[in-house]
Amino acid sequence: MRLTCPLCGERDRREFYYYGSEDYLNRPAPEAPPQAWDDYLHNRDNPAGVVRDLWYHDMGCSSWLVVTRNTVTHEILAVEAVADRKGGAA
Amino acid sequence: MPDLIAKSPLAGIAPLTRGGTTLAEGQAGAITSIAPYPGRTPQVGALLAPLGLSFPEPNRVVSQGAARILWAGREMAFLIGAEAPAALADHAAMTDQSDGWALLTLAGPMAEAALMRPVPLDLRLSAFPVGRTTRAPLNHMQAILTRTGAQEFEVMVFRSMARTAWAELAEALEVLEARAKAS
Amino acid sequence: MRLAGKGLIDRSQPVTFTFDGTTYQGFRGDTLASALLANDVRLVGRSFKYHRPRGILTAGSEEPNAMVEIVEGNQQTPNVRATVQEVFDGLAARSQNRFPSLKFDLLGINDRLSPFLSAGFYYKTFMWPRPLWEKLYEPLIRRAAGLGSLSGRHDEAQYEKAWAFCDVLVIGSGPAGLLAAWTAAQAGADVILAEEEARMGGRLVSDNIRVDGQPGADWVEGLLADLKAMPNVRLMTRTTVTGAYDDGTFGALERVGLHRAPAPHLPRECFWRIVAGQSVLAAGALERPIAFPDNDRPGIMLASALRTYLHRYGVVPGKRVALIANNDAARATARDLMAAGVKVVAILDTRPDASVVEDCPVYVNAQITGTAGRLGLTSVTFRHAGGTATLEVDTLAVSGGWNPTVHLTCHMNGRPLWREDIAAFVPAPDAVPRLTPAGACNGTFSTAGSFREGQEAAQKALAALGKVAPDMPLPQAEDAPYAITPFWETPGVEGRQWLDFANDVTTKDVKLSAQENFRSVEHMKRYTTQGMAPDQGKNSNVAALAVLADATGRGIPQTGTTTFRPPYVPTSIAAMGAGGRGAGFAPQRFLTSDQASRDRGAPMIEAGLWYRPSYFPKPGETTWLEACNRETRMVRDSVGVADVSTLGKIDLQGKDAARFLDLVYTNTFSTLPVGRVRYGLMLREDGHVLDDGTSARLGEHHFLMTTTTAAAGLVMRHLDFVHQAFCAGWDVRFTSVTEAWAQFAVAGPKARDLLATLLGDMPDLPFMGVADVTLGRVKARLFRISFSGEQGYEIAVPTRYGEALFRDLVARAETMGGGPYGMEALNVLRIEKGFITHAEIHGRTTAFDIGMEKMVSAKKDCIGKAAAARPGMLGPERDQLVGLKATAAMGAGAHLFTPGDRVHRETDQGYVTSVCYSPTFDAHLALAFLRNGRARHGEKIRVVDHLRKIDIVAEVTDPVFHDKEGVKLRA
Repeated sequence: MRLTCPLCGERDRREFYYYGSEDYLNRPAPEAPPQAWDDYLHNRDNPAGVVRDLWYHDMGCSSWLVVTRNTVTHEILAVEAVADRKGGAA
Repeated sequence: MPDLIAKSPLAGIAPLTRGGTTLAEGQAGAITSIAPYPGRTPQVGALLAPLGLSFPEPNRVVSQGAARILWAGREMAFLIGAEAPAALADHAAMTDQSDGWALLTLAGPMAEAALMRPVPLDLRLSAFPVGRTTRAPLNHMQAILTRTGAQEFEVMVFRSMARTAWAELAEALEVLEARAKAS
Repeated sequence: MRLAGKGLIDRSQPVTFTFDGTTYQGFRGDTLASALLANDVRLVGRSFKYHRPRGILTAGSEEPNAMVEIVEGNQQTPNVRATVQEVFDGLAARSQNRFPSLKFDLLGINDRLSPFLSAGFYYKTFMWPRPLWEKLYEPLIRRAAGLGSLSGRHDEAQYEKAWAFCDVLVIGSGPAGLLAAWTAAQAGADVILAEEEARMGGRLVSDNIRVDGQPGADWVEGLLADLKAMPNVRLMTRTTVTGAYDDGTFGALERVGLHRAPAPHLPRECFWRIVAGQSVLAAGALERPIAFPDNDRPGIMLASALRTYLHRYGVVPGKRVALIANNDAARATARDLMAAGVKVVAILDTRPDASVVEDCPVYVNAQITGTAGRLGLTSVTFRHAGGTATLEVDTLAVSGGWNPTVHLTCHMNGRPLWREDIAAFVPAPDAVPRLTPAGACNGTFSTAGSFREGQEAAQKALAALGKVAPDMPLPQAEDAPYAITPFWETPGVEGRQWLDFANDVTTKDVKLSAQENFRSVEHMKRYTTQGMAPDQGKNSNVAALAVLADATGRGIPQTGTTTFRPPYVPTSIAAMGAGGRGAGFAPQRFLTSDQASRDRGAPMIEAGLWYRPSYFPKPGETTWLEACNRETRMVRDSVGVADVSTLGKIDLQGKDAARFLDLVYTNTFSTLPVGRVRYGLMLREDGHVLDDGTSARLGEHHFLMTTTTAAAGLVMRHLDFVHQAFCAGWDVRFTSVTEAWAQFAVAGPKARDLLATLLGDMPDLPFMGVADVTLGRVKARLFRISFSGEQGYEIAVPTRYGEALFRDLVARAETMGGGPYGMEALNVLRIEKGFITHAEIHGRTTAFDIGMEKMVSAKKDCIGKAAAARPGMLGPERDQLVGLKATAAMGAGAHLFTPGDRVHRETDQGYVTSVCYSPTFDAHLALAFLRNGRARHGEKIRVVDHLRKIDIVAEVTDPVFHDKEGVKLRA
């Protein structure tokens, strides 16, 4: 598997650390109810098909990435930097 | 007050030549990390201009005489061989990395092939020409790899891992020489 | 027997090798198989289950029978295919799975017992009584089964791993592969041409084929010379592409040193990872056998293998040959042998309507009903349209048609498609993205057709790469149609008909499987073990599923195939793990004090990737504990020096640096004055403790964070995530400076005195203060922090001065009755003081559990704060950090029970995380997590560790044993 890091270019999968669903980007407000935090932390869909996951370019530039890929065909559909996405800057 | 003696990461290890290709410990000199704050890259570039440098694009090296600045990852570059202008501090975080890295040089006809053992990258000259730098793994080590000539590379690794990096590259040269002798 | 003037071996280079201790001669270019056949050795092994005598079936890597052990020094490599192993001077091979000798094998008795040993025999027979399985049946079966054996010693040989990149990877160098490589190379693409065999050319060098009027081998030589001269072409022989993976990545195994005597640093094998923009699969096809009674005798070979031995090696395996085939193409074997002067006794064609026009007798509608010859074929009995007959022959060529080598196209879930006209599976379209099959592996068997498809595949690849394919005429070669009528097994005859030679699976086993309702092809495979041998069913899969289809009344397409998975050929783990042995397993990180510590005899222990001194032995000390006790007392009484450079150091700068620290730490850093240090606690977003450490404020917008050694990388990743995900726009930048500074703890009542002699003007630092100092011309930083509970400092200098400063500090300490201390004493000191490490913050503990819930600021948000307040994350039901004090040793990992309770998981009250003997208290101390522990100080608790035979009673205490008020720290 090869991912195209927006900064470093196309790289082998071994350079990246896999974290999990992009849900981790949608942090609830501090005062949100426990259910919102449980959903944020633990509850995930597990689709056969297109997923958006967080990866870290551990052995490269240290960018966190959102990778859109298809778990059935293994196609990589998009790789974007987490910091560059809309609404990324707080 | 003691007069402390400085030691380089590989402490004067003798160069190793195999198949006309030489692995040696290099001396980078002063290394300063420069990380522009958000939106401040133009100001950083302007302050580097008097040195004949600019803030590098990803995977690129900008050189001027003995001074050069190489891209070193997300929002960061390493200024090497030149004093960082003090005014940069208003626009960028800077740290002294001179002691944090070991520099190894690899030069000769087998340099590219030797690196493509532990480094999972396309280092063919067409894909990784002179003036290109990259952050990449050297087996399990995080490294900064720079092509300084058609058959010349610089490899930077964390100082504490210098001996492992040396061993990996020396091994690759030994194997390549043995292969050449056998064919 | 070797024929004069035939073959492509180098007759100027004879080589000497041994097989089962007997010395033989061959030539450079021979495989072990061709050299043995040239020496008239036909019996080379015993079969897996029945110990049947076996010979050589094929001439390629798919060989199921001729597997040998190669002995080299103290190494032996089992299951080496004699058809792949090349001979060289000094090669020592021996046969496998026989005792005492190949010709007389005691376990040959299994063959007589075969009626009892059919598929599923073990499952049915050895089930009861159950305890006997482990004690009796399995050891017996294990001894009897298996093929080769290992030496039992470490494999010290050299292996290699490497990467390669290209525009076009061409897999296989037969007519299709050569044309594809040539076409792509002419267009300027970077081409890798990988060929499994030692010689490029495929069937062009193994068959009597003419190309453009030249012998095939000559035409290949000419083209290879041109390819070699091109800088954009890399020719890789002896390289099997083993797997197709995502995004153009392929695995390949190169035999680098296996065909020659070992040389220093020369790897035996190299495992390649090849990344290709486009690829052409030109892997050819594998001829398949036909099942008939006793079709496994030495001397029975594939028809194409006979041609390979003849044309490539100048070898014929016998004097009287017969051929049985179900297709026209195989007749080339008879013609070529006759042309070489070998007696072809008859052609047996299974087809009723086959042509009889040949220069030898042809029998149509022929079926073999039996063969004879205990250690090698002596005769074949057959029936045909006109009756039955027996032929005295020593060699039988067999051809049941061809199976395209579709394997790589199945590695990414592709299922091959059945083509009725050629009675074979072909690759599904686009089974592997960016890969185009061409030639025989695509079901196109003629030479001209393969040339054409090879060129077309290259043109397709070039178009995808945006390159223009040159206009080149195709070479001229035969374009014969392929005519076949399937014939899988021989009906209505007695005797066993082998399908899978390597695993001794017969047609009867497959039928039994169907009869016992293992009707799916995947079930049949597991029930019979068909396809599970080293050849992975290359010789038997299609025939076996044809038999299964017949037995279950389904068609072959409905029956389907089992899944082909990588690797395509047996691949040594040593090659895939090359370089990962010993020091190559992981990077070694060395401290600047490393040599100085070793000079003092300190044993080094691994802490993460770092090597740290365990203790510094003194003359007269015989155990580590003596040294540890002395070093602990030394720090408590005078002064000790320890290298703490392994702690992670992260430099943070920017106007929002303090705000950022407030977000990632539970406590507040924006209020920390410049020049001061604060202990911080970091949580994961799920509320558990991630890490702890001190952070110093070096300037208004400048902080230096320290992390634990173990979590340095983890914390960096976490900070990157928080920053890039939640506050990428903030004015904060951070980077690791761990390696830039060498840092040493100076701890003990005389610490300040020691540093004063070093620094001259010693700054008057308060506890948790930091200051810049200089050591002559060297800039340094001085922190007043303590991990020992004593008056403590840490002094940091640029790493290049680390060794010199360590030696200097130790020398000064020794003049004051102190010295260096290692990890063991460091651990005792921190346990006595109740300081936690990752033994305590192991990922399942909260700030509440470690008694630090007050450090979670109520005034601000931080990562993990909300989750840490969830129900169940705090309260009396939690295991809480306590100290334990006992008169006997405890063990980390021991569990806690209320005295009087039954020792049982349901009564478990907690567990021990860190233990030591404390010379300060002359007691055994531990840190532990105890249910509602903070309310239980003073209680007795039972400490049980069944593995270490520990069962004692300890007193529950506050986790801080030493200097609870912190007077010494602040002294």
